[in-house]
Amino acid sequence: MSESLALKVRDLDIFYKDFQALWNVSLEVREGKIVSVIGANGSGKSTLLNTISGLLDPTRGTIELFGERIDGLPPHETVPRGVTLVPEGRRIFPRLTVYENLVMGSYTPRRRSKREETISKAYELFPVLNERHDQMADTLSGGEQQMLAIARAMMSEPKLILCDEISLGLAPVIIKDIYKRLGQINQEGITIVLVEQDVKRSLKAASQAYVMLEGKIVLEGQPSSLTEEQVKNAYFGI
Amino acid sequence: MEDLLQPMLNGLLLGGLYAVIAIGMTTMFGIVKLVNLAHGDLMILGSYLSLVLVSWLGFNPFWTLLAVVPVMFFVGFFVQGFLLNRVLGKEMEPPLLVAFGLSIILQNLLLLIFTPDARSLMTDLSIKTIPLGGSVNLPVLYFVDFLIGCAVILVLHLFFKNTYIGRAIRAASDDEIGARLMGINTKNIYAYAMGIAMMTAAVAGVLVGMTFTFYPHTGPQYLIIAFGVMIIGGLGSMKGCLVGGIILAEAQLIGAQFAGPGYQLLIGYLVLLIVLGVRPQGIFGKV
Repeated sequence: MSESLALKVRDLDIFYKDFQALWNVSLEVREGKIVSVIGANGSGKSTLLNTISGLLDPTRGTIELFGERIDGLPPHETVPRGVTLVPEGRRIFPRLTVYENLVMGSYTPRRRSKREETISKAYELFPVLNERHDQMADTLSGGEQQMLAIARAMMSEPKLILCDEISLGLAPVIIKDIYKRLGQINQEGITIVLVEQDVKRSLKAASQAYVMLEGKIVLEGQPSSLTEEQVKNAYFGI
Repeated sequence: MEDLLQPMLNGLLLGGLYAVIAIGMTTMFGIVKLVNLAHGDLMILGSYLSLVLVSWLGFNPFWTLLAVVPVMFFVGFFVQGFLLNRVLGKEMEPPLLVAFGLSIILQNLLLLIFTPDARSLMTDLSIKTIPLGGSVNLPVLYFVDFLIGCAVILVLHLFFKNTYIGRAIRAASDDEIGARLMGINTKNIYAYAMGIAMMTAAVAGVLVGMTFTFYPHTGPQYLIIAFGVMIIGGLGSMKGCLVGGIILAEAQLIGAQFAGPGYQLLIGYLVLLIVLGVRPQGIFGKV
């Protein structure tokens, strides 16, 4: 290996009872890159991220994080190893303050001692959260909640961050702003996997893209080398 | 009016005790959506643990708190960790049944070991009163119950607000999956929560043991009180727990003053019914 891999997923099969949600999914993410996974609703993108983070157990296949097997490990064991998911629907803690939400991001023991330092970094990245730090999280606007979800994930000092539908339901200006922050996060050397339905935006940000359809990866390559026609066909399965 | 002052004072003080009886149960309901039907019996287990120390070692019941509270933490931790966590997240019924089974086992175990005799934790406080002028007296033991009850709720509040585990418990109750994704082992957190709930039950058990008599079968009686407090105050609300405790106790004692002691319990539950009719989510409950 010349360039080290942040994430290597091989031949992943996932079943929900009798229903097979992922079929033989393989994917590689090189360290420091932004990789985009696109696909229609129900194509298995979220299932893939949930399995990497440890919420789901793979039926078959392996997941390696920086060369270490993490498949089958629950989130409280994957998070300390450096991968954190920003989940679909944000899943912030509505009845905790913004500050407390961030504190929860640094829950794992080794992160706790550096908490104040990482919180001030998070506030630097998203100044609006600093203004709101004593407010209950459910009083935030949708965009602010999404920023909180990303900042909270950053509190665990991940090496790899998985973002599930972070632009869903947000105004274009806010999406633009959030993507700008993601760029900054990436600049610090943090690898990012983006799962999006917003194809154009996520392809623009990524250096590598995977298109999923019905639980399978049907197209992969560098966004610059993929034609719009190719992506469209893969996306809709034409 | 003069006649009412004494029961009103007693009701207020007893409310503090009712609150500490209910706080552990309302906490567990708020966090895990678990209705712990064994809460009363576990509390009475705390009373008996204290009794053992009092009668063997001659300790003052207050000192036994130092031993009973930590022991009950571990009891709660293991009950949740090894029994209830296994059936969590399936349906509402399995945890309910496990808790009910635990309740029956505990009652019979206590019956086997301690016989059905009435017991009490003796302190010299129980006969002391402080005259407050007029015909009103402050019963010292009730006053101590009230103060300790308020202290338990305050400490619990601070714990939930300021510690990692306390915040994690609240986070897990807000969004379980979100909490897991932050690296929180939620099953473990539930075991801690039950341990903490049982610490409050231990305090309640010792206070109840000092204030009233108890038998192996007294648990369900206090479970009903805890239910009443929870429903009046609002499910899962700590503030509501204190207010609910005071309302239930006031209703009982003022009611007894008007209608006679035989109606004490009935009037308490009439108030409960009224609250259910007017504000079913409880006074501080969220819809």
